Amino acid sequence: MNTTPYSVTRSSQAARIAAILGAVTLVVLIAAPWWAGRADMRLMGELFLYLSLATLWNLMAGYAGLVSVGQQAYVGFGGYMLFALTMFGGLHPLAAIALAGILGALISIPVAVLIFRLRGAYFAIGTWVIAEVFRLGFAQVSALGGGSGSSLPVAIVKSLASKRAMRESLSYWLALGAAVLVISAVYLFLRSRKGLALTAIRDNEMAASSLGIDIWRTKFIVYVVTSAFTAMIGALIFLQKLRISPDAAFSVNDWTAFVIFIVVIGGIGTIEGPIIGTLVFFLLRETLADLGTTYLIVLGVVAIVVMLKAPKGIWGLIRSRFELQIFPLGYRVTKRN
Amino acid sequence: MDWLNAIVQGTLLGGLYALFAAGLSLIFGVMRLVNIAHGDLIVLGAYLGLTVTTATGLHPLMALAIVVPAMALIGYVLQRGLLNQTLGDDLLPPLLVTFGLSVIIQNALLEGYTADPQKLSAGGLETASFAVGGLTLGVLPAVTFAIAIAVIWGLQWVFYHTALGRAFRAVSDNQDIAQLMGLNKRHIFGLAMALALAVTAVAGILLGIRTSFDPSIGGGRLIFGFEAVIIGGLGNLWGTLAGGVILGVAQTIGAKIDPGWQILAGHIAFLIILAVRPNGLFPRISA
Repeated sequence: MNTTPYSVTRSSQAARIAAILGAVTLVVLIAAPWWAGRADMRLMGELFLYLSLATLWNLMAGYAGLVSVGQQAYVGFGGYMLFALTMFGGLHPLAAIALAGILGALISIPVAVLIFRLRGAYFAIGTWVIAEVFRLGFAQVSALGGGSGSSLPVAIVKSLASKRAMRESLSYWLALGAAVLVISAVYLFLRSRKGLALTAIRDNEMAASSLGIDIWRTKFIVYVVTSAFTAMIGALIFLQKLRISPDAAFSVNDWTAFVIFIVVIGGIGTIEGPIIGTLVFFLLRETLADLGTTYLIVLGVVAIVVMLKAPKGIWGLIRSRFELQIFPLGYRVTKRN
Repeated sequence: MDWLNAIVQGTLLGGLYALFAAGLSLIFGVMRLVNIAHGDLIVLGAYLGLTVTTATGLHPLMALAIVVPAMALIGYVLQRGLLNQTLGDDLLPPLLVTFGLSVIIQNALLEGYTADPQKLSAGGLETASFAVGGLTLGVLPAVTFAIAIAVIWGLQWVFYHTALGRAFRAVSDNQDIAQLMGLNKRHIFGLAMALALAVTAVAGILLGIRTSFDPSIGGGRLIFGFEAVIIGGLGNLWGTLAGGVILGVAQTIGAKIDPGWQILAGHIAFLIILAVRPNGLFPRISA
């Protein structure tokens, strides 16, 4: 049967090398508590959480075409669920994080039904309204500190681990684990049948629909799953911060603007994009931090320039030059020699 | 009587929201562009008003004579220099570029004017009131509402009775054919944005006289404007005024029940209308 001179491959040499490098990096990162300082671990933990948020936003906007500027709704919701479930439900923080994800999924269902009525850019602002409703709603709950917020009680913090160093390592590993989980989940999802449907919708909605793909349902599933994961990341973020307030939890700048810039700069609609974007974002932030607000202006300018001059981002530029794919999603046909 | 008062005050507040919304509605109607930076541009208008009034000692309403053309110029330059490049079938570029613009304007204002709340001083106009049938109405809200009606009437007139309006409608219907007929769509889009930001300047100054403002409040104004547009129905200017009034009334009634509920009540009214009438109350264009 070996008569055809063509073969279909999915992986490539580059992808295999990248996979090995990735595995090595992962081992090094897991070992961070033994080689990194406290400040570095905190920074890396934050980086992993941003990476997770960016990967999730990219799945929604880059693949499902659901451009949301209201993801802070689920970040804040997850954070508040962590506080509520541990303080009043007596749950262990880890159980609360998992449950925050489930509750995030549940609350996203009616939200999706409502805002999926809005198209395109109006959908985007509609998600923002939802986030504002969440913010104002949680600000009304006096048990959670109302508008001024509350801190996580010491007993709950200690229930995670009694020693401070152990707690810091644990929260670092949780952030790293979340990033690995989110990226793997998105990768496996995009390689699955549903992911193929999603990619088809991204490329041409009408053609996808004519092939029998239920567009509404596919987008709905993506929205709900993204919301669940975002709520869990939100819970992790506020487990790191130990303090929550409506303005911090539902900040459009912190949890959506930065995330969007990360994805756009790195390359929207690719798995590699958010990874590169996160690294660039943290590099910019750490070097320009002294400039204060000017740094945000620079970030905005960079995002606009990238969007206009290189809409596929940094990874798009690299890929168009080198034909590279680190996460093999597509198939390629090659001629056998 | 208290409730009637809340409704009347809310109606007048709706005039301000309609002014927030008119610019959004206009540019969406002409070029299908949703400007996420709209709220920050309103705040920019208020700050320009502040600079003009402190520099010249003019009354804020007189400062409009300088701020309106300035904002119109900014709008034209912004559209020709930046936003025209984002227009196309893909909705991401305009969305992300205006989002970036929003962050830039916000932080530039923060840099230039600090985070301290500011206010435009309009002297006696701020507190003046008159009595109508047992209700006491503020002169400023009443003037704002009258200006809103005048602005929307004016935009409507420009749209349906002038050559510029015909050009707007033509590029809105079919850009390519309008281009073939000798219209320069880039220039028309520039003029549409100039007109939108002229309205935004009026909205910004009235906002600044009514309440204190700081660089961070743009997002909230964008949301109110957007809600008024959706409630009223896309592409319908008088509908936008109705949307603003519904939003304003919902807020004042919410505030009457519990002061913490003011903004939330407006959002909830918006969501209910979205659930019941997804195309708004008086739709003209389907999005």
